[in-house]
Amino acid sequence: MLAYIVRRVLYAVPILIGVNLITFALFFVVNSPDDMARMQLGTKRVTPEAIEKWKAERGYDKPLLWNSAAEGVGKATRTIFFEKSVRLFALDFGAAEDNRDIAFEIRARMWPSLALALPVFLVGLAVNITFAMFMAFFRATYLDFWGVVLCVAMMSVSTLFYIIGGQFVISKLWHLVPISGYDAGFDAAKFLILPTVIGVIAGIGSGSRWYRTLFLEEMSRDYVRTARAKGLAEATVLFKHVLKNAMIPILTGVVVVIPLLFLGSLLSESFFGIPGLGSYTIDAIQAQDFAVVRAMVFIGSVLYIAGLLLTDLSYTLVDPRVRLE
Amino acid sequence: MPFLPVPLATDILLWFLVSAAAGYGWYCAGRPHLTAPWARVFRSKAAVASCVVLAGYLAVGLADSLHFRLRLERLDAASAEAYSPEVLSVLDLALKYLRERREKTYSAPFATRLYIKEQIELPNGKQTREFPRLRYGGAHLEDETRKLADIGRSELLGVVAALVAAAGAVYAARRLQRRRPGVPWQAAAVMLGLILAIALPVLLLSHGYHVLGTDKVGQDVLYQSLKSIRVSLVIGTVTTLVLLPLGIALGIAAGYFKARVDDAIQYLYTTLNSIPGVLLIAAFVLMLQVMIERNADLFPTAAHRADVRLLGLCAILGLTSWTGLARLLRGESLKLSQLEYIQAAHAFGVSDSRILSRHILPNVAHIVIITLALDFSGLVLAEAVLSYVGVGVDPATTSFGTMINAARLEMGRDPIVWWSLAAAFAFMCVLVLAANLFADAVRDGFDPRVRVGALPV
Repeated sequence: MLAYIVRRVLYAVPILIGVNLITFALFFVVNSPDDMARMQLGTKRVTPEAIEKWKAERGYDKPLLWNSAAEGVGKATRTIFFEKSVRLFALDFGAAEDNRDIAFEIRARMWPSLALALPVFLVGLAVNITFAMFMAFFRATYLDFWGVVLCVAMMSVSTLFYIIGGQFVISKLWHLVPISGYDAGFDAAKFLILPTVIGVIAGIGSGSRWYRTLFLEEMSRDYVRTARAKGLAEATVLFKHVLKNAMIPILTGVVVVIPLLFLGSLLSESFFGIPGLGSYTIDAIQAQDFAVVRAMVFIGSVLYIAGLLLTDLSYTLVDPRVRLE
Repeated sequence: MPFLPVPLATDILLWFLVSAAAGYGWYCAGRPHLTAPWARVFRSKAAVASCVVLAGYLAVGLADSLHFRLRLERLDAASAEAYSPEVLSVLDLALKYLRERREKTYSAPFATRLYIKEQIELPNGKQTREFPRLRYGGAHLEDETRKLADIGRSELLGVVAALVAAAGAVYAARRLQRRRPGVPWQAAAVMLGLILAIALPVLLLSHGYHVLGTDKVGQDVLYQSLKSIRVSLVIGTVTTLVLLPLGIALGIAAGYFKARVDDAIQYLYTTLNSIPGVLLIAAFVLMLQVMIERNADLFPTAAHRADVRLLGLCAILGLTSWTGLARLLRGESLKLSQLEYIQAAHAFGVSDSRILSRHILPNVAHIVIITLALDFSGLVLAEAVLSYVGVGVDPATTSFGTMINAARLEMGRDPIVWWSLAAAFAFMCVLVLAANLFADAVRDGFDPRVRVGALPV
């Protein structure tokens, strides 16, 4: 088991190097630091001195890959590639445009993100599976048919509309909860209820339909026929047999996103003013803060790989046939 | 010439895709094994009805994809021919009356007065603050109280015309039903009647009123909504030009050649997949922006610039979304390459390229078609989100995303400005719903596994 984990972690290294190379190529090779400086400072009437100053402040004034002017090891380390890309592995993200330490910001902002993303994830999972079970139980009846129609209709509505509509009706018309904001500790609850509800509702359509297909596929298996032949009630078949066996395909899709919950949700956070990583990312994209975007890309891929590892490990828990070698 | 044709890159690609689809249909026509799944698709009423809706959207989008610049009046005989810097489309020409009748600022749907009070000088010299009459909306009315009657008359006329047209369609559907049974023509006729019953009155009324109101700069929202359709269609279809070659080539190669090739391709898509989608797209688009900025002098008009950005966005969406298709195709061709007939082909000494093109590719085609159909609606929805994040289309381009983004800022006003948002919502929801229903039918028609327990829709 431990050997397996170690090997999987080692597998992650080439992938992270790949991610690093992609971001490096995107941010420094496709466009030179000069272009970025001009973009930030405005294209018109910008002096070469201003560009040099901008680059020097951010450490972009060094050569890309090889610094022949430096001494010894410095030839490889005093370069943009080493200082901006390799250092990401040590979780050293440098500073944002406003000179704040990115690693510090991330540590502070991941908790509000998690406070929103985790309830959405758990409640959403419960609601989707319940609804899908309901449709599977009444399969091939009009309840199932209209359930699927409802799912397709809900899938066809952009998340933006769920958020805007929910904010308008619940906060503005009915004044039930504040429109947006955040507070420390348990006071945050009143700000988190609406985004949680909206996040769950926005996910029902595609989620329930996906689980319904899973359940129906599972229900066509032989063991289900055997269970029915034994004379078990349909509800017992469904909840005792099908649900347990459907755990494996459910886990495949679910466990991989758990670590990504730290990243939060881009849309909800920025609409509801929650100071999490999602809104941090959006602000960075809109302010064209390349350092922050680079850091988030790296963290995102680290978390995704962690999710893949967790998925594999979770199989051993639910499926005794799986042994990790 | 009185105009200068301006073939934008996305125009060419959209028309190319439409003609490619037509070519595919023509190719299928004589081959029963290719028409059979499509016949299964078009047995479903929902598929036929949504196909009519999609055809309507496509017609608007294609009319908006023929661009040109009008010639300017010559100052004198000696001066050279000059063309307006404004790039127009056939749709703009047809909707000239909507495009040019700008109000000052917001006005509600069917309003005759502006949304904001203004200082008005009365004939007797006094000044009052009131809602001024609109320049165009309901300007033909001498007495505003007659507005409802006027609207009702146009509405009635439109509905009657639509009913007549629908009756004709139902009659035609009856005759088609006899000649080609198996397709629910009635559903198509009913859907067509429904669309006409909405579109014809709106068309009639749009000459006298702003049916969906006007936005901040006084532009007609109906016109904006119709213009947005093209962007959605381009994003949903042109993306496939990048997605398909990558997904098919890499997916099949990984599954068929296995070993090193498989490892390399799996590494590639795991790496791409591991970067969260929006972030990867954002990183690409930020770089695209810098590139466009750097080469600003390459684009003769603002339309060209916006078009390059749209094209780049399609390419980026394609680059980031081929992994799903590749993974499916890898699994399928891995399975296929174990089958006896492929082994037999190997034994006969058939070359790899021939096995791939004659035996593997035709047998994974259903996966490709299902994926394309399913991806379309996702891409349309993604455009709105990306435009909100600020990495979508050019801010000057009218799209559902930019419409929502602009309308969002006005939600705080009182009375609320809801019409832009509602219009974008309605147009987008109908498009995505139709695409989803059609994609479902395509999946049911092409998927070899029969669905369990589903009612025939």
